[in-house]
Amino acid sequence: MTKIGLEIHCQLTNLQSKLFCSCKANYREFAPNENICPVCAGIPGSLPRLNQEAVKKATMIAMALNCSTPEKIAFFRKNYFYPDLPKNFQITQLNIYGDTSVGGTGTISIGDKKIRITRIQLEEDPGRIIYEGSSSKNQITLVDYNRAGTPLVEIVTEPDFETPREVRDFLNILSDLLKNLGVADPSLEGAMRADANVSVHGGNKVEIKNIGSFHDLEKASHFEITRQESLHDRDIPIAQETRHWDDRRKITVSSRSKEEDLDYRYFLEGDIPWVKINPEIRDELKLKMPESINSKKERYISKYKISAQVADVLSSDKFYSDLFEAAHTESNAKEVANIITTELMGLEDTREKRETSKLTAVHLKELADAIQTGTVSRNSSKNALHAILKTGKSVSAVISELDLGNVSDETELLKIVEKIIADEPQAVEQAKSNIQTINYLVGKVMQATKGKADPTLTLNLLKKQIGI
Amino acid sequence: MTNLKISALEFVEEAKNGNISVEDFIGKTLERIDSVEDKLHAFLSINDKALDQARELDKKIKSGEDVGSCFGMPISIKDNMCIKNSKTTCASKMLENFIAPYDATVISKLKKQDAIFIGKANMDEFAMGLTTEFSAYGPSKNPWNTEYVPGGSSGGSAVSVSSFECVASLGSDTGGSVRNPASFCSTVGYKPTYGLISRYGIISYANSIEQVGPLTRTVKDTAFMLNLIAGIDPNDNTTVNNNNEDYLANIDSGIEGKRIGIITDMMGDGIDPEVLTATKEAISKLEGLGAICEEISLEMVKYSVAAYYTITATEAGSNLARYDNLRYGYDFPVEGYEFNSYISKARRNFGPEVTRRMIIGGFVPSAGHAGKYFLKAMKVKTKLTKEINEAFKKFDLLIAPTVPVLPFKIGEKIDDPVSLFLIDINTVTANLTGKPAISIPFKIVNGLPIGIQLLANSMNDKLLLQAAHALEQTVTLPEVPI
Ligand SMILES: [Zn+2]
Repeated sequence: MTKIGLEIHCQLTNLQSKLFCSCKANYREFAPNENICPVCAGIPGSLPRLNQEAVKKATMIAMALNCSTPEKIAFFRKNYFYPDLPKNFQITQLNIYGDTSVGGTGTISIGDKKIRITRIQLEEDPGRIIYEGSSSKNQITLVDYNRAGTPLVEIVTEPDFETPREVRDFLNILSDLLKNLGVADPSLEGAMRADANVSVHGGNKVEIKNIGSFHDLEKASHFEITRQESLHDRDIPIAQETRHWDDRRKITVSSRSKEEDLDYRYFLEGDIPWVKINPEIRDELKLKMPESINSKKERYISKYKISAQVADVLSSDKFYSDLFEAAHTESNAKEVANIITTELMGLEDTREKRETSKLTAVHLKELADAIQTGTVSRNSSKNALHAILKTGKSVSAVISELDLGNVSDETELLKIVEKIIADEPQAVEQAKSNIQTINYLVGKVMQATKGKADPTLTLNLLKKQIGI
Repeated sequence: MTNLKISALEFVEEAKNGNISVEDFIGKTLERIDSVEDKLHAFLSINDKALDQARELDKKIKSGEDVGSCFGMPISIKDNMCIKNSKTTCASKMLENFIAPYDATVISKLKKQDAIFIGKANMDEFAMGLTTEFSAYGPSKNPWNTEYVPGGSSGGSAVSVSSFECVASLGSDTGGSVRNPASFCSTVGYKPTYGLISRYGIISYANSIEQVGPLTRTVKDTAFMLNLIAGIDPNDNTTVNNNNEDYLANIDSGIEGKRIGIITDMMGDGIDPEVLTATKEAISKLEGLGAICEEISLEMVKYSVAAYYTITATEAGSNLARYDNLRYGYDFPVEGYEFNSYISKARRNFGPEVTRRMIIGGFVPSAGHAGKYFLKAMKVKTKLTKEINEAFKKFDLLIAPTVPVLPFKIGEKIDDPVSLFLIDINTVTANLTGKPAISIPFKIVNGLPIGIQLLANSMNDKLLLQAAHALEQTVTLPEVPI
């Protein structure tokens, strides 16, 4: 029996400023140590100035994960020495002296399974250490404090995962949820990191630290389970220890440091008064909270009769569901959803492609309408979409430029239909005995018209000419 | 003839009227400092641009420009407050070369009012101590008798005010660090309600209880200074809104009918008979002014010093952890050291008292010991606060001697930290409970000063200053013999 628990660190990348000063939360574009001030650099005499917006965003995350939210939250100091920690203590949250973290216990569902959340805490990110030089003798350690003080939410789960697959599913759901809330962009480098604890057969718990991405988290837990299973099979005891994920070798390595023995001497951070989060604030946040992924999904299914599968894909991606919301009308919703999930998601599969794409919601709406009115066939619409992404031209311009308009002129289409019937006597006979096979002939007409023929009209003409 | 003994209020009035040339006054102040510093050592550094700034201010007033309300006044600043581009050492070798890159809020407020920071005042290293003997740069001396300690930790501030090396000073009070030296040097020393004055830019020792406080020659001067530096500060989340209270207005309202509680627990075992006598005299003077005085016992006071040292050591252990000498500090290259061995070596530059408290601070909140020490201390703090809040339901003010003993000789108690700790017994209550307290010069006995302490409820600072002013008016004290 495998048990995996997670500690996920997520930067609130969408905030303007750091947790305790007005330096930018988005530190990524700065030269080293350019995004710092006396507060986040821990200069003597400076004091933390709590970013109230960060408290609100973290509370939103707690509410979205169905966690309890206390009336009052407090901050604590976690004391330890490390070169990336300007004050040699980290301002964080705790629940050991009562529920004072931004989020208490909660649950999140992955399929039929419920994963219990232990707590959610708001804390500051440390700086970054950069090692330069190849040999250990010549190696120099550089510290960049640009990241120090970035608002970080830590989500701690109970050891409720049984397989790395469940871990991955959970992380995907969590990542979509955070994006949907508009609090973070998990795709940014270093925006989401995790530690995992793994045990097998009720044995000792092993902490794995230093996992830089969700992808590696799945790999690391997989490796660790295999390692522990093999020890277990050979009756070798599994040590309770902390291991590090070696990103290069893709294995976990025992940490020689005595990190697990550190005494953090937690105590209340006196420089930040308790923050009241009264019911009015919670109600206000609830109103401001975007619709949950589940609720979106259900709405898509019940209101627009979109298939469960399409609704699922569409609702869990904030970018595309926002696009859907902007593009659809009562009548074209299903069509818009189909274009997005069957075509667009494949064409815009990277962040870069999304950013360079010239497609707007208006394009999408017009394209869906054009399909529905028969101005363009579903087949040709793919080509139109391609062109729009690149050029940003209007739907009608693209259709006429690329000559994608449907062949809906009956006399013209009739000529083609007659030619196909003449060319395919065997198929015509088959269609007479089994109406289903007429689709082969429809396909032939489509081929001949490069997909521009109106499918309904084609079918009707074929039936009429064959006499069925 | 320039009168350096002038009060702050008198000074700014004369200076604004043009009756005092700022250049002349600053010049004479610097001469005074030159002539007495050998004996007193109140300063760690002197502002070498003070005269230039004085000339600029004189020009400003001659050209008819608007001037600030602290116009040209020489103020000494305890060396744990950041003044931009100036050395801020905390009287420690650890910050020997630290140049503050920004102004503390109190500094920028006073700058705006055209004050002149004449120099950085000596103190116990990182404000830990009550004699100024723990300054890494040598002790300050009591101007009343230079063989005696001036009190601490804001010893340099008190010395500079009482010996006319400046007109007023800013100190900081964590467990009596303003009131104690004020009492020993015969100046007014005030610790406001927690949160009334911004701590931004004050180098933290025990941040949950410490406050900036003025040291002045008169209570009115303290009210004047408070008007300039009090109030909410976006850079310090613990500051409170005082609605721009004018502490000087109605300061002479008197104390007729006010109920004053005499804290018996601060006048028991170990109190010097002279101090006890002085306190009784002060009580009868207050009664003479129409106050109603009655004894009250605060049971928790007997645990207050133990709680105080446990809490302050815990916070100090954390607040001083940043002095790893990596980003600033003294000259000690990192080459050839592993991180942990470097910082442990670098931190040996802390003096004995700081080291002692860091060791205690590493122990009392640690896992397995916190329950017995730190959490218990926090309980005492809560109970003491409850107790004093109850007392303020019955009384408007509380009274006790500021320090239970007279100033003692330099070196007399330095090797006996526990007996030093106990001298804090009358001052730490105000810090642990966040209440305002003030020490008023009351008596000189055998050439040594005694101060009387008044306490008020939170945000009753104005009432406290009114009462202190009333008491101050009942005494005339001799001039400092230096
Ligand atoms: Zn900053």
